[in-house]
Amino acid sequence: MYEFLIDLQRHAFLQHALAAGILASVASGVVGTFVVVKRISYLAGGIAHSVLAGLGAAVYLRESGYWPGLDPLYGAVVAALSAAVVIGIVSIRAKEREDTIIGALWAVGMATGILFIAQTPGYNTDLMSYLFGNILMVSRQNLWLIFWLDALVLALTVLFYNQFLAVCFDSEFAQLRGLRVQAFYILLLCITALTVVVLTTAVGIVLVIALLTLPAAIAGAYCKTMRSMMILSALLCTVFTTSGLVLSYKPDFPAGATTILVAGIVYLGVMVVRSVRSRFPLTDHESATGGR
Amino acid sequence: MSGRSAIVLENVSFSYNRHPVIEDASLALHEHQVAAVVGPNGGGKTTLLKLVLGLLTPSRGSVRVLDRSAGEARSLVGYMPQHAHLDPKFPIRVTDVVLMGRIGHSLPFWSYSRLDKAVAERLLRDLHMWEYRNTHFSELSGGQRQRVLIARALATEPELLLLDEPTAGLDFAFEAEFSEMLKRLSEHLTVVLVSHDLGFVAKYVNTVVCVNRKVVVHPTADITGSVVDELYGESMKLVRHDLFSSTGVAPCMNS
Repeated sequence: MYEFLIDLQRHAFLQHALAAGILASVASGVVGTFVVVKRISYLAGGIAHSVLAGLGAAVYLRESGYWPGLDPLYGAVVAALSAAVVIGIVSIRAKEREDTIIGALWAVGMATGILFIAQTPGYNTDLMSYLFGNILMVSRQNLWLIFWLDALVLALTVLFYNQFLAVCFDSEFAQLRGLRVQAFYILLLCITALTVVVLTTAVGIVLVIALLTLPAAIAGAYCKTMRSMMILSALLCTVFTTSGLVLSYKPDFPAGATTILVAGIVYLGVMVVRSVRSRFPLTDHESATGGR
Repeated sequence: MSGRSAIVLENVSFSYNRHPVIEDASLALHEHQVAAVVGPNGGGKTTLLKLVLGLLTPSRGSVRVLDRSAGEARSLVGYMPQHAHLDPKFPIRVTDVVLMGRIGHSLPFWSYSRLDKAVAERLLRDLHMWEYRNTHFSELSGGQRQRVLIARALATEPELLLLDEPTAGLDFAFEAEFSEMLKRLSEHLTVVLVSHDLGFVAKYVNTVVCVNRKVVVHPTADITGSVVDELYGESMKLVRHDLFSSTGVAPCMNS
């Protein structure tokens, strides 16, 4: 811990990592809440894994000299948004076969990415960090992109909060009130896609889904409104990414995996405490009156 | 009886995957009525409501609502779905549910207008749910949720109110009050409700729409054992409640 704080002042890469974690957490808390209450974590998982196609293609284009200087994150943004639109349309149109089609997109996206990366000269370095994240590699340039994606996600959420709430709670009713629910649903998936890209820098494609859902699931156990759930899960997510970074620093563990383990342990703890409380009503009563 | 028709169905048929749900249904409901839609489960009651809402398109025939096509009339229709169709764990407060009925009146960027909030408050007070305004929707009883959803449907300021099973789970004390409310509402709008509670229907409703693939309209006074037999099939046993004799024979079911 002490060593981390000393190094934090000295090394720009640590400052970037810390900032990336915090920025990712803000978007994650907000969008993860939507994902959890609307129960679309499988869709979010599909989007996340399709991102590899974009990352792989961008790395290939850059390294083979077709498009020098291309930041792979741009490839990720394009892939994530396309996946969001396709998955959105699939989930609206193909009600019964939704999970099959999303599962297929999930795997095809990954396969495409792996082929591109395999064809890239000197590829081995990147694949692991895309899959499992390498927050220590975040550059200043990356950080700005993350910042703007974050700002876009927040702005859209603030602007359309009531619409998203209506679509998530009762989309049939919202449709009857003249709201264009399908458009808002796809917009919601696009916001999810942008958030997934931001989170990928912190924890990687494979681990994104945990960071998106665990903080929101914990917050959901305590919050009455979606707004408060968003704030609490953003805070929790910040705690997880930061502590993941700090705890992994000295023993040189992978930061992404450490972050997810911290989140998973806290989630498990909260669920155990809650189930114990619900089995012993006396304790539950005390906590209910004490909490007010 | 006033001139305009609230709902007109002409030879309407509808099927899900070639399985007929509604066959050749024709009916006309005038404005300012309280009508009940009754029939067995799977008989097509909710389908009928969804045809009127324009959520489903008939395979044959035409649906006119308030002298418009079903889709065009939507903004004038307040709808209360069965609360079982909502996620019981969704993090939302009672007020926010009712405010949802105001979508379409204002474009709620940021937040709803002062008028929207005033309407929501008035309705919550009318339905005795004001003290629960900040309560988590999931902490309410079934009957309380029902009331909140009725408030949401009324918040749309409709000319036609469609209620899918509003009487399920309503407590006995509120039932009489609810019927009073229906009576008041029917002075300036049309109410159509789906109900399994034939006792309630016989007491408070003037028109009954029986739906079991075919659609038949009766004045409430005409509902007799044979009509119910035909509607629900022979497995139903009817119990005559003389308690309700003021409206004729009110059949209750014991299966």
